[in-house]
Amino acid sequence: MSAILFFEQGLNGIQFGLMLFLLAAGLTLVFGIMDMINLAHGSLYMIGAYFMASFVQATGSFWLGLPLALLATALVGAVLEVSLLRKLYGRDHLTQVLATFAIILIANEIVRIVWGSQPIMLNAPPELTGPVALPGGLRYASYRLVIIGTGALVAVLLYLLVTKTRVGMLVRAGASNREMATAMGVNIRRLFTVVFALGAALCALAGAMLGPILAVQVGMGENILILAFVVIVIGGIGSIRGAFVGALLVGIVDTSGRAFLPLFFSLFLPPQLASAAGPAVASILIYLLMAVVLYFRPQGLFPARG
Amino acid sequence: MKKALAVFVVLALFPLAMQAVDGMFYVSLASRILIYAIAATSLNLVLGYGGMVSFGHAAFFGAGAFVVGILAVEGVRSAWIAWPVAIAVAALAALVIGAMSLRTRGVYFIMITLAFAQMIYYIFVSLKSYGGDDGLSMPGRSTVAADVTLSNDFVWYYLVLALLALVLYGLHRLVHSRFGRAIDAIRENEARAEAIGFPVYRYKLLCFVIAGAIAGLAGALIANQSSYVSPSLLHWIQSGTLMIMVILGGVGTLWGGVIGAALLLGLEHLIADYRIGWLASYAPNYQDHAGLAVGAVLLLIVMLAPEGIAGLFRKKHA
Repeated sequence: MSAILFFEQGLNGIQFGLMLFLLAAGLTLVFGIMDMINLAHGSLYMIGAYFMASFVQATGSFWLGLPLALLATALVGAVLEVSLLRKLYGRDHLTQVLATFAIILIANEIVRIVWGSQPIMLNAPPELTGPVALPGGLRYASYRLVIIGTGALVAVLLYLLVTKTRVGMLVRAGASNREMATAMGVNIRRLFTVVFALGAALCALAGAMLGPILAVQVGMGENILILAFVVIVIGGIGSIRGAFVGALLVGIVDTSGRAFLPLFFSLFLPPQLASAAGPAVASILIYLLMAVVLYFRPQGLFPARG
Repeated sequence: MKKALAVFVVLALFPLAMQAVDGMFYVSLASRILIYAIAATSLNLVLGYGGMVSFGHAAFFGAGAFVVGILAVEGVRSAWIAWPVAIAVAALAALVIGAMSLRTRGVYFIMITLAFAQMIYYIFVSLKSYGGDDGLSMPGRSTVAADVTLSNDFVWYYLVLALLALVLYGLHRLVHSRFGRAIDAIRENEARAEAIGFPVYRYKLLCFVIAGAIAGLAGALIANQSSYVSPSLLHWIQSGTLMIMVILGGVGTLWGGVIGAALLLGLEHLIADYRIGWLASYAPNYQDHAGLAVGAVLLLIVMLAPEGIAGLFRKKHA
C-alpha cells in the first residue's frame, strides 16, 4: 500500500463527502426547521440528474445545461413545497413518511414515462475527461477535482449565506426555535419555500455532478437518500456545520473502507473469506459510525437546538 | 368477534370459489397477501400499540426468510426445524437491535432502526455462497413430514390463513392483557408510566422482540411462498412498504395490518391484471406504471383520511 493510494482514496472520499453534503444541507434544514421527514429528497436528486442529461443534450454543453438543470429542479422543489409538503408540516412523522414515500413512487414512475427505464448516459465535459498530475506523482481525474472544487465552493457560499446574511439569520432562528422565530415576526412559510427550493437546487447540483460518475437511472435517489439521512443524524439535525462534518466523515469512511478493508482482511484471512467479508464490513461501516456517534452524542455532533 | 368470524369464513370459502371459476392464480396471490398481513400486523404491534416508529422492520422479516432459505439449501427442509429457527433468529436480532435502539427517542429511533436494518441487509447480500445480490432459490417448499411438502397451493393457503388467525387472536389477547395495558400507558405517557413504577424499557423491548419474532414467522412463510428469497425483502424500501400497509390500514388497530396489506397489494395487482380499455387507448403502456396510481392513492389517503382506512369506519368517541 503506497502513500499515493492513500492520497487518491482520500481525495475520492472528500469528493463523495462533498456531494453528500449538497444533499444533506437541504435535508437537514427541512428536517431542522419544519421537523419534517422528507423521503422525497432523493427524488429531487434523481430529477436533477435527469434534467441535467436532457439539458446537456439539448444545449450541447455541460456548462450551459448545469444552471438550467439547477433552475428547473429548484422550480420543481418550490412547486412541490407549495402544493403538497406545506400541508404536512403540522402532521406526525408517520404521515410525512407515508406522503413522501408516495411522492417517491410517483416521481419514479414519471421519470420512467418521460425518460424510459434504461439508465441514460451523461458525459463529463470533454475538456475534463483526462487526468491531471498532482504533486507527489499522483495522476487524478480532472473531473473529480472539479467536483471537489465545486463542492468546497458551495460549502463556503452556504456558510457565508447562513452566518453572514439576514436570510441566514432567519434560517438559523427557525432551526433553533420555530415558534419563537414566528412570534418575532419571521414569515417562516415564505422563508421555507425559499429554503426548500435552494435545497432542491443543491440536490440537482449533486445529481448533475455525480451523473457522469454514477449511473443516471430510476431509483438512484433511494440509496443516496439513506446516506444523507445518516449524515444529518451524525451531524445533528438542523445544523449545516454538522451536515458538512458528517458528510466528510461518511464520505471518507465509506470510500476508504471499500478501498482498504478487503486489503486489510486479506492480511490475516483466507482469500475467499476476505473477499466476502471486506465489502460487507465496508458497507456496514458508516452505519456503525452512526450508531457509535449516537451512543455517545444522542443529538449528533453539532445539535442545532439548544 | 362476530365480525372477525365472518371475515374468516369468507376467507376460508375464497379458494373454493376460485376453484369453481378456475382462478387458482388468485389463491396464490391471496396467500401472499395474507403473509404480508402477518408481517404488517407484527409491525403494527410495535408501531401502533407500542408507539415505537421502527423503520427497520424488514430486517426481521428478511432474516426469517433467509434463515429458511439457507437451511433449505443446506438440506434442512423440515418446517418443524426451519421455522422455529427462523423465528428464534428474528427474535434474537430484535432483542439485540431493540436493546440498543430503544435508548434513543423520536427521530433518532427511526434512523437508528433504519441503520441496523441496513447493516443486516448488507450482511446477507455479502453472503455470495447464498445468492448474494441475486437472491436465493430454494429446492422447494418446507416439508412437514418425510416426503410431504407444502407444495399444494390449497393446503398452503389454509396454513397461512390459520397462522394469520393465530397471530390476530394472539395480538387481541396481548393488547387486552396486563402487558397490553402497560404498553398503552407507556405509549400515551412514558414519563408517567415510569413514575408509576413500570419497567418501561423492559416492556418496550419485550414488545419489540415479540413483533420481531412474528415478522420472522412471516419471513419464513414468504420464503416458502415462491421458494425464493430476494434480498429486496431486507431493503429499506420493504420496511417502508410494511409501514405504509400499517398506516394505510390503521395504526394501532387489530385489523390495520390486514386491511393495509390487502389494499396495497390488491391495488398493485388490480392495475397490473385488469386492462381498462379506454385508458389503454390513450396510454398503451399504462399498466407498467402501477406505482403512479399507488402513489396517488396513498397521497389522497394522507390528505383525506388521516386515520387510515380503518379510521373511516371507526365510531367516533364522543
